[in-house]
Amino acid sequence: MLAFIMRRLGTLGVILFGSSFLLYNLAAISGDPIGELRVSTDPGAEAAIAELTRSLQLNVPPPLRYFIWLKGILGVFVGKFTLGETRTSESVAVAVFEAIPTTLRLVTTAVIVAIVLGIAIGIITALRQYSRFDYSMTFVSFLLFSLPIFWVAVLLKQFMAIEFNNWLAEPSIAPRAMAVIAGVIGLIVASALGGGRKKFWKAFGITSVGTVITLTLLLQINWFLQPALGPVGFFIASIGAALLVTQLSVGLGHKPSLKAALSMSALGLVSYYPVNWLFEREYQPLIIFGLLILTVVSAIVASIYFSKVDRGPVIRTAVLTGILSGLLMILDKLMRTWEPYFNTDAVNGRPVPTIGQSKALLDSTDYWITLLDILMHLILPTIALTAISFAGYIRFSRGTMLEVLNQDYIRTARAKGLNERTVIMRHAFRNTMIPLTTIMVVDFAGILGGAIITERVFGWTGMGTLFNTAINSFDLNLLMGVFFLTGTLALLANLVADLLYSVMDPRIRAGAGK
Amino acid sequence: MIFGKKKLEDSGALEGSIINKETEGLSQGQIVRKRFLQHKAAMIAIFVLFSIVIFVFSALKQKIGPWTYPGWWKYGIEDLPDLTTGCKDGLVGCPTASLRPQWLGGAGVGLGEHPFGQDDIGRDYFALVMRGAQRSIMVTVIIGIIGGVIGTVVGAIAGFYRGTVDSILMRFTDFIITVPSIIIGSVIGFHFGNFGVAFLAFYLGLFSWTGLSRLVRGEFLTLREREFVDAARVAGATNRRIIFKHILPNAIGIIIVSVTLLMSGAILLETALSYLGFGVVAPDVSLGSLISQYQESFTTRPWLFWYPGLFIVTIALCINFIGDGLRDAFDPRQRRRITRKDRQDARTAKKASAHA
Repeated sequence: MLAFIMRRLGTLGVILFGSSFLLYNLAAISGDPIGELRVSTDPGAEAAIAELTRSLQLNVPPPLRYFIWLKGILGVFVGKFTLGETRTSESVAVAVFEAIPTTLRLVTTAVIVAIVLGIAIGIITALRQYSRFDYSMTFVSFLLFSLPIFWVAVLLKQFMAIEFNNWLAEPSIAPRAMAVIAGVIGLIVASALGGGRKKFWKAFGITSVGTVITLTLLLQINWFLQPALGPVGFFIASIGAALLVTQLSVGLGHKPSLKAALSMSALGLVSYYPVNWLFEREYQPLIIFGLLILTVVSAIVASIYFSKVDRGPVIRTAVLTGILSGLLMILDKLMRTWEPYFNTDAVNGRPVPTIGQSKALLDSTDYWITLLDILMHLILPTIALTAISFAGYIRFSRGTMLEVLNQDYIRTARAKGLNERTVIMRHAFRNTMIPLTTIMVVDFAGILGGAIITERVFGWTGMGTLFNTAINSFDLNLLMGVFFLTGTLALLANLVADLLYSVMDPRIRAGAGK
Repeated sequence: MIFGKKKLEDSGALEGSIINKETEGLSQGQIVRKRFLQHKAAMIAIFVLFSIVIFVFSALKQKIGPWTYPGWWKYGIEDLPDLTTGCKDGLVGCPTASLRPQWLGGAGVGLGEHPFGQDDIGRDYFALVMRGAQRSIMVTVIIGIIGGVIGTVVGAIAGFYRGTVDSILMRFTDFIITVPSIIIGSVIGFHFGNFGVAFLAFYLGLFSWTGLSRLVRGEFLTLREREFVDAARVAGATNRRIIFKHILPNAIGIIIVSVTLLMSGAILLETALSYLGFGVVAPDVSLGSLISQYQESFTTRPWLFWYPGLFIVTIALCINFIGDGLRDAFDPRQRRRITRKDRQDARTAKKASAHA
């Protein structure tokens, strides 16, 4: 194994060397960094040319200059690592490492949402192959595949931000719009549930009437301007989470798990006011982290109390429920921050921003308002990125799941009398996750360099912006700096994916056969 | 919940017999063709795509060698007709295409003077979109051909010869993969964009074959171990003959499918590059550059934004659906949906044969 990793790392180095050499020369011949200055009539141009030529060593031909750049990178072994300087004499390494957190923030949420939603929908469509839901999801995923992201972005800005902000000024839903919303939601839920015609219309009826009632109620209490879950809403949502987690992980029939999960919800309700009191104190990140630990510990205690044997699945269920309840609690807090945020001068009643990564004018020391501000700025880019990438996950997880469901071990599992839930979640789902995991890792690395357009449309300053600047101003060192990071990450991700694959699937042995 | 009870009647055996009945006495090619023709979505997509291509390429005046094709549309992309006024809300240059007949209070079904409206200096937007679509389709096809050929050849050689050749070619592929296509595209486009679209597409094609070559290699690695390859070798076939006559036809399914994926990716890559300003450069236009140019005017003159986008989405969507249909057709494990009618037919046939 170690030899395999070492060999792969060696190959990785060679590949990086080759591709960076290629790119360096391609980029060097593609543009003249002092071309503009040459034709300039500015008296200082001569001096500027001389200065740039000296600092960027332009008198060295590109193939040789590449090795100067490479020397900077190899300096990592003697503690003199450098990625060179930009045109404006700033360190490329600093610029790149300052841009990473922004891009990470943008990409992480999108990738997680895309993975969770994509896999869930993909698996449901596989279970309901050739159903109405399957056909419509196939169409949707192909549609998303075919959308240029900048086009989506402009649409999102118009309808999700500008029009939504206008709507918030005076929230009301016309009866016709209400009927359409209720109909669409009812259709989606009913077709996802599947079953015969009778069950379909029943589900459709219940969901759409429920939607109308909920929306009317929410409008009545002015919920869209003063949203909150409140202790009751929190408790109901938390019990829902407990039931869902239990059903998915061990089935509702498993009493110890159900008891442990429900007790976590009850614990959440009891601690609702104390936790909210804590949320108002200082050092929020620390408090949240401490509460997380406390949740996990109490979940373990509860599951040990409720179960005597085979505690693993019970603990898993209770911990998951606890964490979900915690997230609900945070969501509730954020919802109640909405109104003060809404009324700050910087926001001034238009909470969904179309551009930027945070509001510069917002000077609030309140942790929750700042957090909400960051989240609001994340919404549109995340939706755009998610929409583009989750289509791939739907298709891929559907295909894999269908393939797995045709395997002999699934038939064996059914034949020995396991219930459908166990067959799907334990046998099929876990095997579907093996190829999916490797895709995820590679995808994550790829999207880091691939958020270029998203960043540009939404005015974020991350890796994509650096890349844009580099190309437009012929900044070779900056371009290579960005490439060095994304390229290395992509290759490392491939390596990690291969290793993960061999860890998860014992049939594949890394390094064997060569 | 989402786990319904699986219907387990006699479905398995029955479905198998229905499928077998359908493919009885047909060659592999005929089965594939039959399956593809049965794929409704793919058929619609092919029809739509062909209509769009013919519509788009016949619209404008263009020079083909020494001849000039007149085109059925009156404006070109350089013409500057007067801006029409008299739209709603005091706008100028609004689209005149209408699908609402006069007796419903509309302007009547027809294209009108400027079906897609006019841009800010009065150029006919229909002509611009047609030219943009021509460019985008051209780029897609060129990238598809170049990428498809290189990918197939590299993958075939690597998979067939294995060993050192394979290692070298695959490492080469790896290092092309390392460079994100948008980066390589930008670098190429920035420098070579002004040499024309075909040139840009050619260069992009040189870097877009990697995924395909990996797939083809994998397919060749398994196919070369099959008995028919041994048989051919015993019969004295040369390597070249084995590759092209025996293995390649068996791998054609996977190749065609990934080329369609490559092409639908290519149209988005081109529009993305043009959007960033590294693709097609003015005065030429592509769908991406049109969107990029007019995205600010979405609130005031949305047609400048809608039409090029609709063309991109429709073309990419059609290619994706065709690819899906081909994948279903080529995949022998893929089962088509067995409808209630099929079951009924099969049962009647069975009863009839039992009585006879």
